[in-house]
Amino acid sequence: MPEPQLTEPLLSVRDFSVVYDVDPPVAAVRDVTLELQRGEILGLAGESGCGKTTLAYGVQRLLKAPAVITGGSVVFHDTSGETIDVNALDAEHMRRFRWDKISMVFQGAMNALNPVATIGSQLADVFEVHRPEMTRKQRRAEVEELLEIVKVGRDRIRSFPHELSGGMRQRVMIAMALALRPQLMVMDEPTTALDVLVQREILRQISQLRHEFGFSVIFITHDLPLLLEISDRIAIMREGEIVELQSAEGIWSNPQHEYTRRLLESFPRLTGERGVVVR
Amino acid sequence: MSVLEFDRISKIYNVRGAGHMKALDDVSFTLESGRTIGLVGQSGSGKSTIAKILTQLETPTTGEIRLDGARIPRRGRGLRKYRQQLRMVFQDPFASLNPYHSIRYHIERPLRLDDVVPAKETEREVRRLLERVQLAPDTVIDRRPHELSGGQRQRVAIARALASRPKLLVADEPVSMLDVSLRLGVLNLLADLQREEGLGVLYITHDLATARHFSDEIIVLNQGRIVEQGTADDVILNPQHPYTRELRAASPDPENWFPTKHGGTSPDASTSGGAR
Repeated sequence: MPEPQLTEPLLSVRDFSVVYDVDPPVAAVRDVTLELQRGEILGLAGESGCGKTTLAYGVQRLLKAPAVITGGSVVFHDTSGETIDVNALDAEHMRRFRWDKISMVFQGAMNALNPVATIGSQLADVFEVHRPEMTRKQRRAEVEELLEIVKVGRDRIRSFPHELSGGMRQRVMIAMALALRPQLMVMDEPTTALDVLVQREILRQISQLRHEFGFSVIFITHDLPLLLEISDRIAIMREGEIVELQSAEGIWSNPQHEYTRRLLESFPRLTGERGVVVR
Repeated sequence: MSVLEFDRISKIYNVRGAGHMKALDDVSFTLESGRTIGLVGQSGSGKSTIAKILTQLETPTTGEIRLDGARIPRRGRGLRKYRQQLRMVFQDPFASLNPYHSIRYHIERPLRLDDVVPAKETEREVRRLLERVQLAPDTVIDRRPHELSGGQRQRVAIARALASRPKLLVADEPVSMLDVSLRLGVLNLLADLQREEGLGVLYITHDLATARHFSDEIIVLNQGRIVEQGTADDVILNPQHPYTRELRAASPDPENWFPTKHGGTSPDASTSGGAR
């Protein structure tokens, strides 16, 4: 498959800041500027509390009080050529914007799905809300197609979440995020709870779908080895700031910031030298 | 010096409406003090069943466990004595510590229940244990679990496991819930303790990278059977069984991912990725 041409901006974030208005106030995201290209997988790495999730939620205005966006702009360059200033959208436009243009895949698939509704009905809900003009029959066809795309299979349409394995549930989450063919998917630790074999399948699938549908991904995880494999570029965050942003290969082979080097050293390498655990 | 023998153990669960499920099939290994065995395999491979049988939360269908040559009593004082010598550290330090109780309480309890030290020395022993896991007693002793970070909580769980002065420790994914930046610290702590106290450690995980760095020996489990067993480096760097190779290929490995810069170490770089 040809690599997508990563030269067309999709999301421009300028001087973006978020403060948690508690006592004393915490600057969770500080003056972050980055440009996400269309079709790009951007990895967001850093330790717990560095602000990576706050940033990813913030650009979709998904934060709740006490979080306050204190400055900066987020501009979304729609395929239609329209430029959308995300901060200026009113509530109704914001509601429509989410999921349609930017969708989310959350960490714990088990907690994100409704345990007492079939996965088919949960997928159909997305269309019912965002595509009210669709008929029941069209919705059903779309849901079946989605389940096929993520390789869960249309015959699982009546399954409840607990009847599926962890990997399958995560695929359903991806199907849900994919439903409206968004231009950007934000994935927050989408494979952290899964074992390595299932994780690998899901990663492969994300990457295939990306090629097929051309969406961009912001991939949040603290698993740097995984991020190095899946991302085109990686942003390393610390204390609310992006300390380094460059290609995955560059991060690996030529890290510029001392903190990036420390992060790279803090994980044991599968085939690298021994000695990270002193024994 | 203690030796725990896990001898030809099988465990069959009766599944309602689905007949039998063989969770473990003729599994044998020996855990000695001062050594670490890494137990790897994907979800459902039987790793946790082994932990449950070791702690006697489940009884094996066939086979037996022996500690220093003696069978483990099924109940009563003998079982309690056995459990004093073999302790668990669980995956999620939030779930394994009681949110209502202080850190002091968590560590006092095993000390009291197992009569480890005389009552008036309890406080001193609690502090000693906290220091042992590199926590400052004065800052943490009166706190509750939610006031500590994940890494600190896991250290408390380790201190609690050490309270009864066990010889063997079963650590079931002890760092998988922790942030990467904290994982090495906790693993290094476990390695220190293992060395200094001569503990035998069974490290259960699906993370091949930490298993390799932390273990002397690795056992690979698939569908309840041991498919490969050997020194940590042999099993990970030169896997023989197809299942081990599959696990290895699925694990993120930047060393192989960017082989040009680092002269890739393995021929299977082409099969390992495909993520992009």
